[in-house]
Order: sequence, then C-alpha cells, then structure tokens
Amino acid sequence: MMLGISWFASAKSEAILVSLDAEPTWEQLTSYIKITPDNVVKIFSPNPEFGQNVMTSLPMLIAEELDIDFNAVQVEQANYSLALYNRQFTGGSQSIRQAWKLLRTAGASARQMILTAASQEWNVPITELTTANGMVMHSFSGKSATYGSFASAASKIQVPKDIVLKENKNFRLLGTPQKNVEGPKIVKGEPLFGMDYQVNGMLIAMTERPQAFGMRLKSFDPTAAKKMPGIVDIFPIQLYEPTQKLAMFDTRTFNEVIAVVGKTTWDVMNARKALKVVWENAPEIKEPGMGGRDNVVPAGLESTKKHYEQMLEMDKKPGRVERKDGDPEKAFAEAKHVIERTYTAPFLAHNIMEPTNTFAHVQGDKVKIVGPIQGPDMVATTIATRLGIPKENIEIQLARMGGGFGRRAYGHYMLEAVLISKQINAPVKLIYKREDDMTAGIYRPMYQMTYRAAFDDKKSLTALHIKGGGVPESPLHANRFPAGTLDNYLAESWTIPSNVTIGAFRAPRSNFNAAAEQSFLDEISEYMGKDPIAFRLELLQRAKDNPVGKNNDYDPARYMGVLELVRDKSGWGKPENTDKKRGVSAYFCHNSYAAQVIDLQVKEGQVIVDQVTSALDCGVVVNPEGAKNMAEGAAIDGIGNALFGQLTLKDGRTDQKNFDTYRMIRHNEAPRKIDVHFVQNEVDPTGLGEPPFPPIFGAMANALYKATGKRFYHQPFAAQLT
Amino acid sequence: MIKKFTVRINKKSHTVMVDENMPLLWLLRDILDLKGTKYGCGVGSCGACTVHLNGSAVRSCQLPISVLGRQEITTIEGLAEKGDHPVQKAWLDEDVAQCGYCQPGQIMSAVALLNNTPKPTEEDIDNFMTGNICRCGTYMRIKKAILKAATSN
Ligand code: FES
Ligand code: FES
Repeated sequence: MMLGISWFASAKSEAILVSLDAEPTWEQLTSYIKITPDNVVKIFSPNPEFGQNVMTSLPMLIAEELDIDFNAVQVEQANYSLALYNRQFTGGSQSIRQAWKLLRTAGASARQMILTAASQEWNVPITELTTANGMVMHSFSGKSATYGSFASAASKIQVPKDIVLKENKNFRLLGTPQKNVEGPKIVKGEPLFGMDYQVNGMLIAMTERPQAFGMRLKSFDPTAAKKMPGIVDIFPIQLYEPTQKLAMFDTRTFNEVIAVVGKTTWDVMNARKALKVVWENAPEIKEPGMGGRDNVVPAGLESTKKHYEQMLEMDKKPGRVERKDGDPEKAFAEAKHVIERTYTAPFLAHNIMEPTNTFAHVQGDKVKIVGPIQGPDMVATTIATRLGIPKENIEIQLARMGGGFGRRAYGHYMLEAVLISKQINAPVKLIYKREDDMTAGIYRPMYQMTYRAAFDDKKSLTALHIKGGGVPESPLHANRFPAGTLDNYLAESWTIPSNVTIGAFRAPRSNFNAAAEQSFLDEISEYMGKDPIAFRLELLQRAKDNPVGKNNDYDPARYMGVLELVRDKSGWGKPENTDKKRGVSAYFCHNSYAAQVIDLQVKEGQVIVDQVTSALDCGVVVNPEGAKNMAEGAAIDGIGNALFGQLTLKDGRTDQKNFDTYRMIRHNEAPRKIDVHFVQNEVDPTGLGEPPFPPIFGAMANALYKATGKRFYHQPFAAQLT
Repeated sequence: MIKKFTVRINKKSHTVMVDENMPLLWLLRDILDLKGTKYGCGVGSCGACTVHLNGSAVRSCQLPISVLGRQEITTIEGLAEKGDHPVQKAWLDEDVAQCGYCQPGQIMSAVALLNNTPKPTEEDIDNFMTGNICRCGTYMRIKKAILKAATSN
C-alpha cells in the first residue's frame, strides 16, 4: 500500500498514516524512479513547480520511455538534492528544454535495467523482450510479469550508458493531453504550499523594513510590541555581511530588517503595529557584485515622475552603441520622411498570489527549509556562505509555489527565515504580508524605447534606429528582429541607476520590447500602406534569404511560421473580419515564437476583449492541455498588465500597497474566447512559460488603435483611454 | 482582548481562546490547522480567503471571530468529504488550476454563486467572481467549469 507520504502532511496525520500502512519497499531505479514489488511506480519531478505544470510534463518524459501507464503513476515533488539532480531551477522557460533528453534517458535507462533483470531471470535474450504499460513480455514463451517483480534485481544493475531514445513518431504519451497531477489536491485545498507548512512548536515571524526605498534602520524600540500577546522576541537581522560577494540572485530591498516573532500570524501582525522604529536616509552603497564589479545603489528618495523625466533626458544623449549595420546616419540624413516614437512602461509588481514565505529550522550547523523557491541551489549557496556551513548541511523541501513569475528566483527571504530561526533557536515560518510583498518587491524595471524609421521618397524603409534604456536596466536586445532585416540599423542603450530593486519578471525585457517594437512596426506599416502581417513577413523573408549581419539571434522561418499560422487561424484579412477591431503582434524570446491577434471593442472607456488567437512554436508540445492552459494564462496576464499594471513611487514609497490599489485583471475583463494553436514540428521543445506573454502587449496596443484611432505609447494603456 | 469563543466550522463546534479581533482566516489557518483557506491580501480584495457563512460567500480575512456566533462556517475542507462536490469535479474536468493558490477561494465563490443562481449566465459569473483574483490567468477555465457544474446539477 502506498502511503500519503506527503512531506506536507502534518505531524498528526502522518502518525495516523504510518500506523495504518507499513512503508512499502521502494526500489530505486535512477534518481527519478522508485518501484515497489507490487508494481507501484513513483516518479520524482525534479524542478520546482509554480503553476507551469512541470510536475505533470516532466514525469511524462520519464513515463514515455519507461513505458508505463501514466495514470497509474504517483508523482512526487523531489527535494533539493545536489547528489541526485542536475538542474533544479525553474525559470527562463527552460525546464522542459533542459529535461527533454535527460529525463527521457532516465526513463529509458530504468526500462533497460528492468529488461536486463528480466532477461537474466528468464534466461532469454534481452532482444526478445518487449514492454507495455509496466509489464515485461516474452512472446516466444508467453511469459509476462510486472516491472515490480524485477524491481529489486533491476535496482542492483548499473545505470546503462548509450541509451537509445524513442523516435518522436513512436511517442504514445508525449503530445497527448494530460491533466495536472496535483489537480485533485488543489481542489480540496490540501496544504501544498510553503504558506501551509506547519510543525509542532513552530513560531511565526514577519519582518519590518523601511517604508521607502532609499531608507534604512536607524533605531527601534520593541518594548511595547514585546508586551503584546503571543510575542516571543523582536530583533534586527542583517541579511548579507558587508563583505559578502553577492551571487546572481542575491538581491534584496533592504539589508537590515527587524524580525517580529510570535505564536500566531495575528499576534505578529498586531505587534508590528506597536513597534516603534526610526528610519533614516541611507547613503550610497557600494557592494561587491558579480564578475568583480561593484553594485552601486544610489542614495535618495526616488519618484516615478522624476524617473520618466530622467528617461526622456537620457533619450536626448548618445547611448552605448550595441549594434550598427551599414550607415544609418547617412540613411537618416537622406531620408524623405522619418517616423519617431517613444514608448514607456512602468515598474510592475509580481503579485504572486501566495505571498512570500519560508519555513526554516536551524539546529547547530544543520538547516532545514521548506518553501517556495525557483532556484534552490543558488539560495543554498548563499545561505552556506552566510552561515559558514557546508552546502550539504542544507535541506530544502520544494513546496508548490503559488506563482513565481521570476519573483521567487530571489531567495533572500529564505536567508531571512534561516537567520531568524538561528537567532530564536526554534522552527519558524516567515510570512510576508501582501503589503510587504508589494511595497518591497523586486519589480519589473521601468523601460523606455525610442524607435526611428527612415523612408525614401517611395515610402520604402531605409533605416531603423532604436535607443532604449530603463531604471535601472536597459531592455535592449540588439540582435533580435528587426535587426538583420535592414541594411542600415543602429541600436543604442542606456541605464539610470536606482535604489529600487528590480529583477526577472515573466519574459524579462521582452515583456516591454514586444509592446514597443510591435506597435512601431504596426504604425510604420500603415504609413507604407502595407498589411501589418505582410510587412512583417516581408522583413523576415529578407532575414531568411539574405540576412544582414551574423549575430541575429532568431530563426526567421519559425518566426514566419507563427505569423502565417495566426493569420490563417484568425481569418486575418478575410472580408467577414474587416469590421473587427483587431491588432496583431509577434515576438521571439526564450527560444520560442509566438504570434497573437486580439479582437476587441471599447465601450464607455472599458476594453472588452472578444477573442485572442495565439499561434505558438515551442517545438514538440509535451502536454497540450498544460501548454494550452499556460498560453491562455499568459494572454490574460498580458492583457491585465498591458491595460492596468503599474507600480508608482513618491519619495521612495510605492503608491500601491495591496490589491485595493494595485489594479489586477479580473474575471469580467478576461477575453471571451482564447484560441491556442501550435505549429506542428519535430523541433526539440524550446520552452513556453514566457514566450506567449510579451506579444500580447503589442497586439493590445494595435487593436486599441483600431478601436479608438489613437496610438498607445505608454503603459498602462487603460489610463490613456479616457 | 483574549476571550473564549465557540464556533461552528464544517458542522463541528470548536472552542478556542483567542483575541476577539482575530479574523476567521487566521483562526482557520493558525489555530484550527485548516490550511485550505488562503491568505492573499488581508483587505478583502482578492478572494483567496473565501469561505461560506450560512451558505453565502464571505471573505474570512474581514470577519473577526467575535461576530461569528454560532453561524455555520464552511471551508473548502468541508465542501465534500471526498473532494467530489460537482464544482470540484468540474474544476478537474476543465483542468483549471495553474499554480492553484487562488483556486480554493475561486471554488468557494463558485459554489456560493450556484447555490443562489443554479443556472448562471456568463455575465452572472463575471459579476459574481470579480472579487477573486487569479494571477495565473485561469479565468476562462473557471467560467467553463462553473457552466459545466451548472449543467451537471
Ligand atoms: S485574503 Fe481575504 S480577500 Fe484577500
Ligand atoms: S491558479 Fe495561480 S493564482 Fe490562480
């Protein structure tokens, strides 16, 4: 009998389960598979799950090659383990891409081990054996037996090398729609999330931080707060040592925070209100960063209004040249007509639905962590450095994440929880209030991009100049489309330093570039009197036949493929659709291609999206059901952020602090229909979490133009509707 | 002030000693170990904490324990013993969830909607469900699941 050995089951229910069922004998075949003698198969899903459904699609890769009935498999989230797994990271739309060969090889290896064990036991050549649905068959003798019956012998066989994987045409499972393996637990509200984790004696902690970027702790008086019911202790913690070299995802808004620890969340929330803290303006900070460079965090209390002014100023100065083809200066000097447009976008908060949290228990030089994290190995490295302990002493159980979108790549909160547990010498769960999450976030940067196009007297496009930057990072991808399609091309970049913390946000940089670039292409195609899709295809044809430059980092043929697919599936240009207010957009990022058409209406200042047609090329689609769900979600998420998303600051304080002031897309604003189409090909999977997100911004801007006659250059678009 | 309260949750009575202002959300999660009801905002703006009070959807983060009396509270754990309420089944049929964090709240809202409006229009669904945010963007599947549950009733 299989237990619920959910590592999340509370101590109480675990005890009951153990008394009812004895632990079965699990035989381990590779790091990913366990089988019992009575043929229960368990697959460990290595990567953290944040809603992109890898807990279903990754085990599918294994099950395909293992040749078992996927519906009978038990899937379990693997813990962080350097010894067992290679790459336990969720981000960059890489999970399936990186696992494609690795996990199939694991499944095929385990199958091979079982076959070897069977051939030895039955004393028949391995070549005469076949498998199906977790059974081994020998047709000559008519023998058959379950995988489980060979599991013990197979587990002692060395993991084979040189495994041959199935050809795509022989897939039975991959490419078939499979439901989310955690669905039944989710709809019952089972405690799957870090937020839900609990052990006996666990305390609750929250951290108090400056209410403005550019400030730091001066002093605090915990006397009154400590007397509040349920409060155990209040103390400051320092995240990173001043000399600690920060690794890639070591970023945090404030290095010194005050921990308030108590018995219940409510106790801690109340005590925070009674805590007396004095903040002061922080000086400029220089800290050792990656690659020997110093991170410079400027002093000052920043404001959104000022940021926009600074960005416009930067646009007037020369930028850092990132790419130059031909002689763009000459082309612009000789141009008969120039179109120049500037696009901007604000900071965005991630607003993951499950607020930041982590359980930590430090005992001596051993650390146990349970919580949501996209990159456990990075945070383990950081914690090991900070505590001066070996990384092997850190155990991390990967909780299902209530959203990630890049936010949970930054594991500073795990370090916070660990330092609190160490100080208080007890198991503790750190929780951020929504306000903590939103006001001290790691935001999508502010961006600006200016596009200039030069035309000759025949309205032919002769040169393109793009110049962009942001607070504090530039969005520019100098070698992406339309680079490579024009003889004269110039790309420049600039940045504005800031003390507002920023980081990865679903399709970083692309999520803005697509809006700017695809709106601009729409506008210039109109000037040239060309159909927007035909114009893009024309440019791509040039990149395909006779590309300019060598570093173009996109595949024009796949780009064209999604544009053609969206044109055909949306009925673009068909007479019956000529009245529709529709916009098109296409973008390439994270190795995959996406094109979208939006149909919408604007009624009394409200945008009603009638339909989204999405065409995607992410190579082989492992699980069409999960892929479709994610592509639909990306469209809705994109529409919401394009229309409403923004986080603004005054004197270092965010204006939005919770969902009553931060505008999220709601049920009634979702499209009435979303169609998702995949290009059918045999390209190895190239990722899907991010690619369908960026183009929707451009499609929205272009459709809004059709509906209102007004171009939309500045996000959020809804703010400019009235 | 810490006081003694007896509350009715999922058809059982619980007697607890807690602060009279403690919201039902934290009573459920921290004291009664019912973790299905989620914290999303604490200000009544996201719907993650939705439970039923006498069959109607309420935001548990906005309800102090002192106002509950003996009224019947139902949480996601109390919806159906085996998790097979028609709405939960429809959710699985439509494979609604992405991260899943908002879904218990969405389901509790949907059940309350169907209790009052067994055959809702799409507009009824939009209006009723507007208080439940889903950052992953599962709104369309939620709508399909509600319509499906409505026809299977
Ligand atoms: S937590 Fe109650 S509505 Fe958001
Ligand atoms: S499924 Fe992730 S927030 Fe709704």
